Amino acid sequence: MGEVIYPVTEPGEGSAGKTGNWRWQKPIIIIDKCVKCGLCWVYCPEPAIYLDKMGYPHVNYEWCKGCGICAHECPSKAIDMVSEYE
Amino acid sequence: MYRPKIVENLGEDEWIYAGHPACHGCGAALGLRHLLKTIGKNSILVVPAGCTSIIAGTMNAATFNIPFIHTAFGAAAAVASGVAEALSRRGRDDINVVVWAGDGGTYDIGLASLSGAAERGHNILFVLDDNEAYMNTGIQRSGGTPRGAWTTTTITGKKEEKKDIMKIVLSHHVPYAATASVAYPLDFNRKVKKALGIKGFKFIHLMAPCPPGWRFETHMTIEIARRAVLSGAWILMEYENGRMRLNPPSSNMLDKRRIPLEEYLMMQGRFKHVKEELLEELKRDVELRWSEIKEILEKQGKR
Repeated sequence: MGEVIYPVTEPGEGSAGKTGNWRWQKPIIIIDKCVKCGLCWVYCPEPAIYLDKMGYPHVNYEWCKGCGICAHECPSKAIDMVSEYE
Repeated sequence: MYRPKIVENLGEDEWIYAGHPACHGCGAALGLRHLLKTIGKNSILVVPAGCTSIIAGTMNAATFNIPFIHTAFGAAAAVASGVAEALSRRGRDDINVVVWAGDGGTYDIGLASLSGAAERGHNILFVLDDNEAYMNTGIQRSGGTPRGAWTTTTITGKKEEKKDIMKIVLSHHVPYAATASVAYPLDFNRKVKKALGIKGFKFIHLMAPCPPGWRFETHMTIEIARRAVLSGAWILMEYENGRMRLNPPSSNMLDKRRIPLEEYLMMQGRFKHVKEELLEELKRDVELRWSEIKEILEKQGKR
């Protein structure tokens, strides 16, 4: 009798592969303009935005799909959406 | 180590992993993220067929870091009832049983099992993620689609009104029922926390805009959810033991301090065809809902 193998799935990042490849525009955070309100982090559906020790946001481009919600919601306009095709 | 206040309040733990298959700017994925943050790892999520079955990941991949049960379309509340009862027999009342169902799995196909679970009063939290059509199968109309909205099965706009699911749920005399919006995560967070502290059947109706289905640019998800609330088309409220309370910002909008309804509708491609006459009708629908609420609040005040 051989060992029974169960099809168990393990949770982890990238259940749809590298979703960064879906991106057609790229958010660039301008740290000088950032007021550390945390709204980009709150509204990211991915979540692809993480905060560093100082509270500044950074984008994880491996998973960011480039929807642009963070740039639209940023109250100090500190996030630019730049085309991926330039 | 500095953290903004809102980040501290919502909590930094993530139970949903990045790189999931939800569309760009998905409102449901954002709602799920905040729901899981609030309910934590000591929970079991029950999900009927819908977008979230896909977001959960296909074979050999899983997006959620908590126990997750896929069920048939109509069975979510029934499965959750069984899970909740089994847990309570084992003395594990510390585990939250949460249903996350789309509008198809609540308004239409899941209505019977929802009604059964609410009537029996099982200890579950039912979260309705309302994107107002069957988005996963290709934007077909559902009972939750509002009047006038374009879908692939109502190409000239839906003629019927959106089903008032809140009234159906309240007729079961549930201890807690509320509405929420993805644009107000702190409000949603507070409501979920409150619901988890109450024993019995709890219901939260969350509005989650869908960029491909509602036909708008992906970065507008939050803006549209916010405008829905500010225009009065979506009302933030909660019922505790049948007593209604409006939540900010809806609580300031009883006396018509709202933005025009067009500012919400005209941002979406699905309402593009709406002209004068229909627009007036839709505005009347909104007014009617508000006058109903006013009536309820006045009646409560007298008691």
